[in-house]
Parts: sequence; structure tokens; C-alpha cells
Amino acid sequence: MGACDCAGCQDALLALWIDKMGETGPVAILEVKGLSKYFGGLAALKDVHLTVREGEIRGIIGPNGAGKTTLFNVISGMYRPSAGEIFYAGRRIDGLPANKIAALGLVRTFQRTALYHEFTVLRNVTVARHLHVRESLFQVIAGNLKQKERENTEKALEIIEFMGLKHLVDEVAVNLPHGYQRALGVAIALACEPKVLLLDEPLTGMTPTEKGHMIDLIRKVHGKDITILIVEHDMRSVMELCEYISVLDFGTLLVEGPPAEIQNNEDVIRAYLGTEDILTVGQS
Amino acid sequence: MSLHSGKRLKGWALVPLAGGILGLCVLPFFVRAYLIEVVMMYFIYIILAQSYRLIVTVHDWQLYHVVLYGVGAYTSGMLAKSAGVPVFFAIPLGGLMAALVGVAITTPLLRTKGWGFYIATYGLAELIRLSWLKFRNPFGGSTGIIDIPWPPVVAGIDFSEGVPYYFFSLGVMLLVLYFLYRIEKSHLGDSFKAISMDPDLAASTGIHIPRHRLMACAIGGFFAGIAGGLLVHRLGAVDPKLFNLVTMLYLLIWVVVGGTKTFWGPIIGVSVMHTLFELSRPLIQVRPLFFGLSMTLVLIFMPGGIEGVLLKVVARWQKRNRLPTAET
Repeated sequence: MGACDCAGCQDALLALWIDKMGETGPVAILEVKGLSKYFGGLAALKDVHLTVREGEIRGIIGPNGAGKTTLFNVISGMYRPSAGEIFYAGRRIDGLPANKIAALGLVRTFQRTALYHEFTVLRNVTVARHLHVRESLFQVIAGNLKQKERENTEKALEIIEFMGLKHLVDEVAVNLPHGYQRALGVAIALACEPKVLLLDEPLTGMTPTEKGHMIDLIRKVHGKDITILIVEHDMRSVMELCEYISVLDFGTLLVEGPPAEIQNNEDVIRAYLGTEDILTVGQS
Repeated sequence: MSLHSGKRLKGWALVPLAGGILGLCVLPFFVRAYLIEVVMMYFIYIILAQSYRLIVTVHDWQLYHVVLYGVGAYTSGMLAKSAGVPVFFAIPLGGLMAALVGVAITTPLLRTKGWGFYIATYGLAELIRLSWLKFRNPFGGSTGIIDIPWPPVVAGIDFSEGVPYYFFSLGVMLLVLYFLYRIEKSHLGDSFKAISMDPDLAASTGIHIPRHRLMACAIGGFFAGIAGGLLVHRLGAVDPKLFNLVTMLYLLIWVVVGGTKTFWGPIIGVSVMHTLFELSRPLIQVRPLFFGLSMTLVLIFMPGGIEGVLLKVVARWQKRNRLPTAET
């Protein structure tokens, strides 16, 4: 078919191509190509390829030390990759500093409970709106900032309400229960108005009720047209949340597929050997 | 409302502030000339400590701050003496120079971390201070620069006299405090604190850390230079001894003893420690021992400084009265 280049054939080809695009769905928003990261002689990531489509919730799982958090650290610009390329919305971002990457709309949360502990909930979120607050030094020292501050506070309150923290607005972050602290962590990330959100173990250390709330919240965030990548140990939740899962093991990409496929994959079960019962939980 | 709530002072909280300023305004009419000079030094030291605190809010405990204070003093003094620049213009120019030198020193040091940063700041500070000692021309060597012109007579007021200069430096101090207070309560001030609380989180929300560190250093350096200018035009002379490591240690003692968490900590620190310094003049030989010991004890037993103790008292009082808990 490719041999002929008359207008009719070209049109047919184009139609076919458009059809195919429709099948594969939206375009890739995040593309990782041949990514490696070495710490001394140790390879934390080896030749990892990953393609995330716009609007996806992608799960990234793997045993401890598989390189999941390292992957997030490299994508978000905290570490420089040793080799490979990362493309975000068609733009190459590897090697850019973390603040630049956040400014482009790719924002991460942390595995640890990362908050400004001494600030109130409101101040945690207003300070995280840094990318959207434009004030010059002159304005800070001598200008009138009331209008800007009010707008910023309003926007922050919106996010706080969205994350179900409205009743805690004036509470100091360090005094919050763990579940709310994790929600505040996500609120801080949302304050940057991300297009892609990397969630690093958002359910860590939560009670089942708190987990349920957090999963609902993540769905709500996804509903705002935010593409989500999620690293998580809680298999049941990952299987429940994600349409597609990538499994890392010893820094390499083991397998990718929908949850049902992953649960029955021999390699995945072997990687988790000794803890394979985690996987069966998702089926119950 | 607590001292550290992120909210601005309002209503009744302004009363003690207004009272304090009023007190300082009437003070020179009731005390001896010597005491006026002493109080003037408090103003200069408060500017110095407060400008240092701004840099500390991004967690850069650098050790060249008194050298920037010196840069301000030398620049302002030399401009007034050799270039004939009017004193009231020379002082802000000294501040500008201090900010430039601060940025020039800090830029290469942004690559260093932790202890490397602190030691390198000390090294570069000594480099500048020793160049004042070494180069008799134009810095005058160990004797420094003397015969710096006195401030002029403006609108019939002779600013080379004690009382007018007292009001001039009080005004400058209040203006500097006002500017720094606005920064403290602005989004910029919160960004600075965010960097010291959690730099990784701050960067991940788009805060450009090197730029903010330089900005803090430039603003802090500018006001330190202003403090230097105020000093030099009162003393009429300047020499490198004024800006040595011992002075830096006193600055650290004020800031550590007062506390750095709230805006008021360094002011408390200067007020308390400089008063003790003045009172202990008869014990001059053991004074450094006493001050070193006091800083050590504060670090061990009250790591938040005097301000930290006050915050605890306020928090306990609010708890007893079932008021909403304040930010610590």
C-alpha cells in the first residue's frame, strides 16, 4: 500500500492513521526513554522506558528498593539522570532543576510527610502558590499587596476545601492527624496547578478509613483533568485506582499492563516472592 | 493572636509598640549625653541583627555579616571624605555596596553545603577584612580612616550633634524595621521560611532556591551596610577592628539569645544582651567568658532563645483561657 503515492491513497492512509490514533487514545504527556541512574557503582534505575498518556492514572509498583522513588526523584528534577531522556508534553526536561519542572506543570509529592510544619494549613498552601504569585521586591517593600494576597488566599481556600481540610484551615500543620497531613501534602502540590501529579506513596501509614478517603480524593483530583502517576505499596488500592500498572524490579521495568494481567504475571509474583500474598489481596 | 501567626499586628497589639516608640522619642530629653550615644548603638545593632535574621530565615547562617556592615561603613565614609558625597547620600550608597559585595561573595558559595558554606563565608569575610588592614591606600591599614566629615546642617538642625543624630538613626531604624516587617509578612518572607523548613518541598513547588538565597543576602546586606553608614558618621572614623570575628560572635549571640523564629527575637536579643554588655563594663576582663557561656547555656537550655520562652508562656496562657492554639 505504501508504494502508491497518489492523492487517494494518501488520503486513505491518513484516514487509517487518524483511526489508529483514536484507538491508542490521547497522546503521551510523559515519556521516559532509556533512563538510568547510578549511585556510585549501584544502578538504581537501568534503561527504564515509560510512556504515560494524558488523563491516565498510572500505578508504579515493585518490591522495596526497586527504584520507584528514584524514578520520581529523577523525573521531578531532584536527581540528574545518568543516562536517558525524559520528555514532558513534547519538551525535553531531564537535567532541568526541580523548580523549573514544577513550573512546567509536573509536580510531585513526597514519600515522607513533607509539610511546612510550623505554618498553618492555609499558609502551607498559600506559600505553595509561589508560581502564581507575582510580586516584585519593590511591591513587597512599598506597594499595596492586599488585592494579590486576597486572590491568593481565596485560591488556596478553594484547594483546601477541595481536599476536605476546610475545618482545619487555621490549625498548625504539625498538630494535624496523619491522614490530614497527607491530604495537605497533596493540597500543596495542587497549589502549583499541575497537569501531571506524581504521588509517592500517598497511602503510607494510613488506617483503612483514611485510605478510603485518600483514594476518593485522588479520584477527585484525577477528575480535574490531572494525569496521575502513583507509587504505592498497598496493592488493593493500586489495583482499584489504576487502569494500567508498571512494575519495577531491581531498577528495571519488569512488565506493564492492566491490573488483572499484573496480578497473574509469573515474573511479578516471583519478584515479590515471600510477599506474594500481597498480590492476591487485590482479587478478593 | 501570637507573635508568630503570620498575621500582621493589629488593634491593641499596636499599643505597646506605639508606647515604645514614644518612649524612645522623649528619652534623649531626660538622660545624659553619654546615654544618648549608648542608645544610638542599640539602634545600629538592631538594624544589624534584624538584617542578619532575614538571611537566617533562609537558613544561611553566614559569618560575613559584620564585614558587610564594615563594607557599608568604609564605602560611606570614603565617599563622604574623598569624593565629597553628602553624608545622607553616602549612607544608602554604602548599603548598596554592601549588598553588591554580599551577592558577589554568596554567588560562588551557593554550591557549598552545610559546614562548607559556613567556613567559606568566614574565609571570604577575613579576606575582605584583611585587605582593609593590608592596603594602607585607600583603606588606611590598621588605623583605618579618620576625619570622616560630620553630617551636615539641614533646615537649621545640626546632625553632627548628639540629639539630632539620635533622631536620625531612630528614624532610619524604624524605617528599616518597617521594610523588613513587610517582607516578613509577605509571600516572599514565607518563601524564605519555606526554604529553611524544607528545601526539597520548596523547590518542588517552584521556588528558585539559589535566587531566593541571593535575594535574602542582598536585602540583608543592604541594611547591614546602612547600619555601617550610621555608625561611621557618628564615630567620624572607621577601622578594621570594629568588624572582626569577635563582633560577628556578638551578633550571633544577640540573634541566638533573642531567637530567630519571630520578627521580635533579634530586637529582644540586642536589648537584653547589649544591656548586659554595657552593665558589665566594670568586669571587662571576664566579659567574653560570660558572653560565651551565656550563648552556650541558651543553646542547651532554651534553644528557641528568649523569644521561645515567651512563645511558650503565651501558648500556655491561651490554652488556659481556651483560646485557639497559636502557631508555635
